[in-house]
Amino acid sequence: MIIPIDLILLSLVVVLAIVAITVRDLLSAIMLLSAYSFLMAMVWVEMHSVDVAFTEAAVGAGASTAFLIAALSRTVRWEKK
Amino acid sequence: MEWLLEEILAKYNYWISITIMLIGFYAMIAKDNLIKKLVGLSIFQTAIFLFFISLADIGPIPRGTAPIVSEAMMHKGYVYVNPLPHVLILTAIVVSVATLAVALALVIRMYEEYGTIEETEIIEEERELGV
Repeated sequence: MIIPIDLILLSLVVVLAIVAITVRDLLSAIMLLSAYSFLMAMVWVEMHSVDVAFTEAAVGAGASTAFLIAALSRTVRWEKK
Repeated sequence: MEWLLEEILAKYNYWISITIMLIGFYAMIAKDNLIKKLVGLSIFQTAIFLFFISLADIGPIPRGTAPIVSEAMMHKGYVYVNPLPHVLILTAIVVSVATLAVALALVIRMYEEYGTIEETEIIEEERELGV
């Protein structure tokens, strides 16, 4: 575990998680979640679990983002309040 | 008191894991929009993955390498991180995307039925219908 890189990446992950649930535009929230997943994949490369990292990059940042955008195209884009 | 601070700082992976978990849990409970709830669910699941991968990791001294065994590594006395949690989490990631897909299918069906994806509006409409 390389401590400074790990800590920087994890702080960015926390910031992205907070922004992803705060933002009102759902498309922005989905893209922020995708960035969050990709940063998580980087954390896992840094923790030497490479198999989990490439699965997360393909499935978490790729497939689930595609699913969410597909669902968004069938429903509404903006969150009400 | 100093040992307590050291102990907290040394295990910051777990603290961040709990923080992310609570952020996701807040989104699942407090947000009104169903897709926002699913974003919270994904964040919550990732926090648990982070917890497990942190369990597998080996600390600064001696540093673990990726669990790929080679001849050169075996003779020089390298250590590698525990591969068992990695395998568990590999399965959990696939399950999480399947869960998300089913949940999104249900959200689309609810939108066709009620014309909204806000939770309170759906509950109001159900009350008017007398369900």
